[in-house]
Amino acid sequence: MNDIFARRRARLLAMRAMRDNYIPGDRLLTCPTCGQESEKKAVAANLSVCPHCGYHWPIGAYYRLSTVLDPGSFRELDTRLGAGDPLRFPDYRRKLESAQRKTGLSEAVVTATGTIHGHKCVIGALDSRFFMGSMSTAVGEKITRAIEYAVKAKLPLILFSASGGARMQEGILSLMQMAKTSAALARLDDAGLLFISVLTDPTTGGVTASFASLGDIMLAEPGALIGFAGPRVIQQTIGETLPEGFQRAEFQLEHGFVDAVVPRAQMRDTLGQLLLLHRKGGRL
Amino acid sequence: MSTTYTAAEVVAIARHPQRPNIEDYISGLFTDFFEQRGDRSCREDAAILGGIARFHGRSVTVIGTRKGRTLEENLRCNFGMPGPEGYRKALRLMKQAEKFHRPVITFIDTPGAYPGLQAEERGQGEAIARNLMEMSRLSVPILAIITGEGNSGGALALGVGDRVLMLENAVYAILSPEGFASILWKDAGRSAEASELMRLRSSDLLELGVIDGIIPEPEGGAHLAPAIAMLQVEQAIALHLAQLDRESAKTRTAARYEKFRKMGAIAPEKEKQ
Repeated sequence: MNDIFARRRARLLAMRAMRDNYIPGDRLLTCPTCGQESEKKAVAANLSVCPHCGYHWPIGAYYRLSTVLDPGSFRELDTRLGAGDPLRFPDYRRKLESAQRKTGLSEAVVTATGTIHGHKCVIGALDSRFFMGSMSTAVGEKITRAIEYAVKAKLPLILFSASGGARMQEGILSLMQMAKTSAALARLDDAGLLFISVLTDPTTGGVTASFASLGDIMLAEPGALIGFAGPRVIQQTIGETLPEGFQRAEFQLEHGFVDAVVPRAQMRDTLGQLLLLHRKGGRL
Repeated sequence: MSTTYTAAEVVAIARHPQRPNIEDYISGLFTDFFEQRGDRSCREDAAILGGIARFHGRSVTVIGTRKGRTLEENLRCNFGMPGPEGYRKALRLMKQAEKFHRPVITFIDTPGAYPGLQAEERGQGEAIARNLMEMSRLSVPILAIITGEGNSGGALALGVGDRVLMLENAVYAILSPEGFASILWKDAGRSAEASELMRLRSSDLLELGVIDGIIPEPEGGAHLAPAIAMLQVEQAIALHLAQLDRESAKTRTAARYEKFRKMGAIAPEKEKQ
């Protein structure tokens, strides 16, 4: 009986993941980094990584989770939590609805429980297709609930970030989500539980300046842009062009802000290894 | 308190160069101030001023953003835009306040965290994030006062308090109205319109549950009668510190968590029929 449900769940996630991984347009895809063309099918089969140069295309949240979780283990949390409009900002509702239609997401984050290599965890992923993965009250609320769920169930937490920063239309309440999520992580920390933060392209602004930077273990995808201020703002401030590779994952590794840069193909095994290393109750 | 200003007018008052700043508050309301400098890892950031002082005879830790008044001072303080070293110094001082059981009082007046090359290299985002997390669980009382403009994560990094108070004509927002207009409409010139929509006035923020109280200002703004403004701030600090003192550390940090936890909480939608 459990098996049937597990299979159904696996199919459901696979279907949503396929939708996420669907790359519209022509048969051929041009890599923004190396400029070489690849068959779309070849890119999709390669976890949306360029077969020539290893460029990582941004991917949707469901697809992201399907690439690391054990098949059939995905159970989504807070599915009924929808988008808010706390400031009643002009035209915002309509834009939210349009983003929801286009992406099939209710907001910019998906949270779930699942297993990786058999280790249970709470896991979440931001989706940059929805308002650039920006921090809305719904995003802050869902992430906080996921953290609180991890504390209650004594589970490790993994969050994949992909965000342009604050959600302008939610103003100061977007800002307050930084305090809310960081405070929840303090509780996870106090409970002695593991938090693995994975930074993907791009992770900037209020997300960098809150939960995304607070991992016990910090991982990043190759080439991901990671920073507080965006490159354009910095360029305007200092009035000179930025050095090559500035704020990329490898730059953050060099400057001591991430433990490892992990290619997408190795992400699942790396997370599995880290969960194993933090397993409680092991004996020598 | 009788005149009503437009949001853009309030922004102008909040930024008035003669508005009392952290140095005025320290010399006016505290005694025996000892400034503490440096983040103990690489640099002293003058955009954050901090130290130990006495308020009504009791030792407290005072931390705040510093803009400076003359151009020379402005440059030295980077116009009140701290780098990661400033936020790390602030955290160091807060941890020390915890060790010596001193309440923390922060004064916030900043255009935001500095968006510079070196600030990024040294982890501006990480420094702010760490402050948010650690402030949320600091065992001593934290009283945060927004005195001028409180913009972005750069302001919030000193603003996770048991009480967050605002001077009547201060503003608190996700970023400057100019930045907001430029991001949303690609037109920084529409900042007055942005100010209105952003709900950045003290009365808006009280209504949204983001702040806990408003400190009244003299007619026309604090810069017109600094002594009166100073007195109002003093009374507010005394009142709130006395209230926070009566709570145990555990109750206080739990209440602090719940306060921020409730901000922007969304109830799940009802099951669709």
